[in-house]
Amino acid sequence: MKETGAKILLDCLLEQGVDTVFGYPGGTILNVYDALYDYRDKITHIRTAHEQGASHAADGYARSTGKVGVCFATSGPGATNLVTGIATAYMDSSPVVFITCNVGKNLIGRDSFQEVDITGITMPITKCNYLVSHADQLADVVREGFAIARSGRPGPVLIDILKNATAEEAEYEYLPRELHHTQGRLAALISRASHDLKAPEPDIADIEKLVELINGAEKPLLICGGGIVRGRADKEFAEFAQRLDAPVAITVMGGGGFNGRNPLTTGMIGMHGSQASNMAVDNCDLLIAFGCRFSDRVALNPATFAQNAKIVQVDIDRSEINKNVQTDHHIVGDAKRVLQLLNERVEQQEHEAWKKYVFSFPTETEYSLAGDTLTPKQISDAVARIAPWDTIVATDVGQHQMWAIQHFHFDYPGQLLTSGGFGSMGFGLGAAIGAKVSHPDKTVLHITGDGSFRMNCHELATVAYYHLPIITIIYDNRTLGMVRQWQTLIYDKRYCETDIAVEPDYVKLAEAYGLSGRRVTTVQDFEDALREALACGHGYVIDCAIDVDEKVRPMVNGGDHITKFLLN
Amino acid sequence: MEKKRYTLAVLVDNSSGVLSQVSRLFSRKGYNIESLAVGTTDVPEISRITIEVLAEKEANVVLLCNQLRKLLPVHSVKMLTASHAIRRELVLIKVRAETSEARNEIIQIASVFRANIIDVAPASLTLAVIGEEEKTVAIQNLVEKNGILELVRTGVVALERGAYTIDEDTKEKGEFNYGKNVL
Repeated sequence: MKETGAKILLDCLLEQGVDTVFGYPGGTILNVYDALYDYRDKITHIRTAHEQGASHAADGYARSTGKVGVCFATSGPGATNLVTGIATAYMDSSPVVFITCNVGKNLIGRDSFQEVDITGITMPITKCNYLVSHADQLADVVREGFAIARSGRPGPVLIDILKNATAEEAEYEYLPRELHHTQGRLAALISRASHDLKAPEPDIADIEKLVELINGAEKPLLICGGGIVRGRADKEFAEFAQRLDAPVAITVMGGGGFNGRNPLTTGMIGMHGSQASNMAVDNCDLLIAFGCRFSDRVALNPATFAQNAKIVQVDIDRSEINKNVQTDHHIVGDAKRVLQLLNERVEQQEHEAWKKYVFSFPTETEYSLAGDTLTPKQISDAVARIAPWDTIVATDVGQHQMWAIQHFHFDYPGQLLTSGGFGSMGFGLGAAIGAKVSHPDKTVLHITGDGSFRMNCHELATVAYYHLPIITIIYDNRTLGMVRQWQTLIYDKRYCETDIAVEPDYVKLAEAYGLSGRRVTTVQDFEDALREALACGHGYVIDCAIDVDEKVRPMVNGGDHITKFLLN
Repeated sequence: MEKKRYTLAVLVDNSSGVLSQVSRLFSRKGYNIESLAVGTTDVPEISRITIEVLAEKEANVVLLCNQLRKLLPVHSVKMLTASHAIRRELVLIKVRAETSEARNEIIQIASVFRANIIDVAPASLTLAVIGEEEKTVAIQNLVEKNGILELVRTGVVALERGAYTIDEDTKEKGEFNYGKNVL
């Protein structure tokens, strides 16, 4: 059947089961939006206030559902506004397909209005990207793009479509998703010796070698990385941890991969990791990391990281093996499958003495609860008391992010949405929108700081327009807290450009968008505000006044040995 | 730490943008490309890139190979070791030769090195020499005093010795774990 490129694109989205798209219209993508008018009952489009918000929303949708997120933008500035969002998704392995349109074939390469080489720009921050110049290539490219975004180690894909390709007609025939790999580009790709859509079946000899290492270990430690969350291998991982009777340290990206209330967890690991986690790393004799790249925020000093241990890395992406930390053994494969094979082979272990040693150190920082001002710990305790257990938490980046991850206990993959690898301030509100759209029945909290919130607070317009009852909690210390903390500890208290002297009135800001808000200074106020927010049924901003010198503890300086705490 | 030279052979799709994708990966990971040669193979849809980089450790180059393999247009990657590969480079050298004395000397040097004289003009000779750097640099040094007007290198191309091919190690477990690279 012949149809326009714009319709082919939308039909291909339906083939993928896409029901929600985040985006922003513009000149070159108009044909697609015109076609979307006829697909309103099948595809919900969420128009954000800014393309960056749309990119984070599609990312938040992908992270919270495990499905592929989709984001539309027009050419030029529309496309470049996505760049931070694409890089965020890339660093955290989130499957998002970004679709941009470019100027028509007759205008390309002439520095036309709103023309930019977005495929060139996004080459290093996408798994792959495409420039589609004719409608007859479109279906094939979209099918391949989705398959690649979703398979193996997930990640973002960008498809840039010339405007003429959305207008001209081409032959399109529906092909169910299960058959995509049998045709066209995808079939050619996987017929090659080099690439496959399926994760390699782990080598049994490697699995058995790991079992041997486990049987020989007295002080094993597990690291739950982002791979457990992306691979939704939480159940298998929990069973493995119980079998091994080993402490579990959780990375920022691993939040939700292992139940935060499980007595085996030592909490966060790395720069702001708990003493229990970091001491365990330093003293274990076997460290098994699942889906973790040992980034500089986790390993800190790669040369001395787990220096007394045999290090084992399990990852689906073979290029991660030995990238940051030299390992003693590795398994390339899907975490879920590797864990299944391990669970079949590992006998129940017991490591009482080792656990006793590890848990003699605190798994959570003791923050003082006294004083007149509200503290981050009081806020999270109150949230834990009042909000439903399965509340989804989206954070921005900075002190509030670390506090949120340290204090909240995440129970399932997709419950914590945070920009771990790229550290994009402004990620949270967009991500919360993506999560709320996909989980209308769940409470969605957006935890932010005053610095981060200002970066994308215009998305309150989206929250209001689509009636999304997202609760924003601002840890408002009137400064860029994390940077200030570094200035205090490392830069001799030279507070260059961190304090925010004139802040907007966030309550009035919320009201300006038609939402409600309240500024709170005590726990009681906060609890009242949160109850009101949960009950009100629309977006709500709680502006929490906290002390400017409140710090994230513990802290190890970048590049230092993991137990060399700058702050306890 | 002293850096060693490593030769990588990469098979890629013969399509636009692939070379920039591959070369960009090197700069992104902090490597300068010392030598680069690209051309189609016996299969017209596939090009072969030979890249040389300087690196401190072989392990770093293995990581680079793993990153390269993830790129969709990349079919296979192999690190070629000096002892198991033949490497060749073509160098064209245009030398000043205004006197018959100079001419004779250059022709002699060329014949010793089995270089061809491919262009003769009243004031210059152009030599074509094929070989590894030791050879091409040696002849370059010898004719330098006559005055080199222009010099161009193709970049090194390399093939493994014996019946081995570049596709071998992506098909079986070996240096690079299990078979295919999951997307």
